Amino acid sequence: MKHCWLPRLVLSALMLCALPSVAGEHGEGGSRLLLTPPNKAYKEECASCHMAYPPGLLMASGWQKMMGGLNKHFGSNASMDAATAKEITQFLTLHAADRATGRFQSKVAREGGRDAGVIRISETAWFVRKHDEVSPSVYKRKAIGSVANCMACHRGAERGDYDEHAVSIPR
Amino acid sequence: MRYAHTLFALCVGLLGLPTHAETPAEMAATYAQAAGGKASAEAGKALYFREVQKNGKAISCATCHTKDPKAMGMTLAFREINPLAPIANPRRLTDPKKVDKWFRRNCDDVFSRECTPQEKADYLAWLLSVR
Repeated sequence: MKHCWLPRLVLSALMLCALPSVAGEHGEGGSRLLLTPPNKAYKEECASCHMAYPPGLLMASGWQKMMGGLNKHFGSNASMDAATAKEITQFLTLHAADRATGRFQSKVAREGGRDAGVIRISETAWFVRKHDEVSPSVYKRKAIGSVANCMACHRGAERGDYDEHAVSIPR
Repeated sequence: MRYAHTLFALCVGLLGLPTHAETPAEMAATYAQAAGGKASAEAGKALYFREVQKNGKAISCATCHTKDPKAMGMTLAFREINPLAPIANPRRLTDPKKVDKWFRRNCDDVFSRECTPQEKADYLAWLLSVR
C-alpha cells in the first residue's frame, strides 16, 4: 500500500483544484454538485419553512401538481399570491429533473419513468434506490426528525453537496 | 432591465400598495382599527398558547415559536424562525404583506380556519407588549 500514496496525493490535489471551478463557472452542467441558480421568490416563500429543495429532484409534472395545491401542502397552508406562485412554478419546472441539463438531474430523470406527478422527493425512484439501506426508524431519530431533513445527514445539502462519502448519519 | 424594475417600483409606489415599511406600533394600530379600535394583549397571549389537537398532537403557536416569543423558533420542517417579538427582532411586524401572509398561513395551520380581525389585533398587541 505504501507505494501508492503519491499518485493519490496528486489526484486529491487535482480534485481540490477542479471542484470549485466546476461549481462556480459551469452552473448545473457537469458538476457533481446538485446546483440550482438562486431564486429570490423561492427562497422567501418556500425556504423560510424548509430547505430549498433542489428543483432537480422532482419531475416538472410533480412541481406543477405541488404548486397547484399549496393551501394543503403536506399538512400546512403554504398559499401565496398568484403572481408569485406562477413565478416559482416557472423556476421549479425550468430546473426540474426532466428539464434541466445537469448530470445529477439527468440521473434522477433517467429513473423517473414512474415519477410523473410525484410530489414527494422521497417517493421518487431515484431517491428510494439511493436510500434503500436506510431503515425508516433512522429518520425518526431525534437529531433527524423526518426524511425531509436532508441536512441532518447531508451537511452540505444546502449548497448542493449530496456526496455519499460525506454522509454522516446522527445517532 | 434595471430601468424596468425602477419603473415598476415607481408605479407600485404611486398606486399606494403596502410595500413601504411600518413600525410595529403602526402595524398593531392598523390591526386594532380593523377590529373596532380595541386590542387586548392578554387575549393575544391566550391565543398564542391555545392548544388544539391536530393529527393526534396538541399544537399551538408556541409549538414552532417556542413559549418565549423573544427566542428563536423552529418550523416543523426544520427551519429556524427569527423571534416574533419586535423587541427581539426589529424587522418583525414592519411589512404589512408579510404579516398578512403569515396570519393567513399559520392560523390555518394551527386553528384550521382564518383568525378574526379581533384575534389578529390582540395577537399583535401582545407581541408589542413583550419586554
